Amino acid sequence: MFDFLEGYDLLGAFWTTVRLTVLSAVGALIWGTVLAAMRVSPVPLMRGFGTTYVNVVRNIPLTVIIVFTSLGLFQTLGVTLGARDFTTINFRLAVLGLTVYTAAFVCEALRSGINTVPVGQMEAARAIGLTFPQALGYIVLPQAFRSVVAPLANVLIALTKNTTVAAAIGVAEAAALMRVMIENEAQLILISAVFAFGFICLTLPAGLFLGWVSKKVSVKR
Amino acid sequence: MSDAAATKENPAPGTGDLVVLRKVNKHFGDLHVLQDIDLTIARGEVVVVVGPSGGGKSTLCRAINRLETIDSGEIAIDGKPLPAEGRELAALRADVGMVFQSFNLFAHKTVLANVMLGQVKVRKKKKDVAEARARQLLDRVGVASQADKYPAQLSGGQQQRVAIARALAMDPKIMLFDEPTSALDPEMINEVLEVMRQLARDGMTMVVVTHEMGFARSAANRVVFMADGRIMEETTPDQFFSSPRSARAKDFLSKILHH
Ligand SMILES: Nc1ncnc2c1ncn2[C@@H]1O[C@H](COP(=O)(O)OP(=O)(O)O)[C@@H](O)[C@H]1O
Ligand SMILES: [Mg+2]
Repeated sequence: MFDFLEGYDLLGAFWTTVRLTVLSAVGALIWGTVLAAMRVSPVPLMRGFGTTYVNVVRNIPLTVIIVFTSLGLFQTLGVTLGARDFTTINFRLAVLGLTVYTAAFVCEALRSGINTVPVGQMEAARAIGLTFPQALGYIVLPQAFRSVVAPLANVLIALTKNTTVAAAIGVAEAAALMRVMIENEAQLILISAVFAFGFICLTLPAGLFLGWVSKKVSVKR
Repeated sequence: MSDAAATKENPAPGTGDLVVLRKVNKHFGDLHVLQDIDLTIARGEVVVVVGPSGGGKSTLCRAINRLETIDSGEIAIDGKPLPAEGRELAALRADVGMVFQSFNLFAHKTVLANVMLGQVKVRKKKKDVAEARARQLLDRVGVASQADKYPAQLSGGQQQRVAIARALAMDPKIMLFDEPTSALDPEMINEVLEVMRQLARDGMTMVVVTHEMGFARSAANRVVFMADGRIMEETTPDQFFSSPRSARAKDFLSKILHH
C-alpha cells in the first residue's frame, strides 16, 4: 500500500525540515532574547528599535520575508551567507528569514514573561549593586524564561510548520517533496496523510516534552 | 516597654556624617513627594522614620540608594555625591543595603544562592568564600537550617531575615529598612525586629521606616517624623513619644498608639 513512497527520499526531506527548525529556533531564541532585552531596556533608542522591529516583522507574511531573502538579499544584493552552491545558499537564506520572523514572536513571548516577574525582583537585584544587564541576565530573564516555556513551545511548533514556506525558494524540505510526489503519484490523500503524520511526529513529542519542562521549572512565589 | 534599657546598650553614634541630604526635591507628576528634605545621618546612628502613609517615607529611602531619581538637591554617601546611572551607581548601591516590605528574595534561587549572588557578581568574591560568609550570615539571622530551600518554602519572618542577610552580605555602610515588618503575621514581627536590634547594637548605621514604636523607643537614636513630603519633626524617641511638638505628629501618634 505504501509502494508510492519508493524512490523518494522522505527521510532526507524531513531531515532538512528538522535542520531548518533547529537552526532557526536557536537563532530566533538568541535574537528574540536580545530584542526582548531591548524592549525593556532604559535606553529609549533601543526600546524604539525593539518595538518597531516587532511591529513591522510580525505583520509581514512569512512568505514575503522568505522570498525577499532570495530575490532581495541574494539576487539583488548578492548576499550568499558564505555559501557557494544554490542548495546551501537557499537553505541559509531560509534559516535567516525564519530566524528574523520567529524572533519577533519569541521577543513578545519573553516580554510577557518578563511582565510576570514582580518589579520587586528587579529592584532587589539593583539594590545589591547588580548593573541593569546583570539584573536582567541573572534575575529577571531566568524567571521570565521559566514562565514562558509553554508559550515558547507554541512558537516552536508554529516554526516547525512554518519551515514549509522555505519550499518557496527551493529548499528541499518535506513540503517541497510532498508537492513533487502529489504531482507524480495518484495517491493524494495517502501522501498528504503521510506528511501530516510526519509533522505530528516532530511537533507532538516536542510539545509534550516542553509542557513537562514548563511544569518542572515553574517559579513558586 | 521592657526593652527601654536597650537604648543604653546601643553604642553612641561614631564620628562623621555618613549620609547627607541637602534640599532634596522630588515630584511624581504634580505630586511633590519630597520637599526640601535636609537630613544628616551619622556613622553608627539608627534613625527611625515614621509618619502617615503617603508621606514620602519610601520615596526617601529609595532616593538614598537611587532606586528613585531626584529632581533637585544633593545626596552624598560617605562624602561622595550620588553618581548618575551606570557602573559607578551600581557600586554605590552595593554599599547601601536595602530591605523591602515584601522581602523580594530572588524566587528562582535557593536561600543560600540569594545571599551568595551579590558577593560573587558584585564583590567578585570566590564561590567558596562567598558561601562561607553566606552561611555565617544565615546563622546570625537564625535561618542556617533553611539554606537549601527556596524562598516560597519559608515563612514571611524567615524570608525577611534572609533578605537582611542578603543585604549584609555586601558589607554595606548603611542599611535601609522600608517597613520590614508590615507584611508579616504578628507572631513573626519580633523575630525580625530582634535581628534588627542586634544589628543596631553591633553599630550598623540604619534608617528604618516602621510603625513599630517599641522598636523606635528601644533602638533608635533619633526619630524623624515625615508627612506630606516634609520632615516635620526630628528628635529623640523619648521626646517624640512623650511630647511631640507638631499637631500632625500628635494626631499621628494618637492614631497609631490606639491599636
Ligand atoms: N512610582 C510612583 N509614581 C507615582 N506616584 C508615586 C510613586 N511612588 C509613590 N508615589 C506617591 O508618592 C507619595 C509618597 O509615597 P511613599 O513614598 O510610598 O509614601 P510612604 O512610604 O510614606 O507611604 C504617595 O502619594 C504615592 O502615591
Ligand atoms: Mg511606604
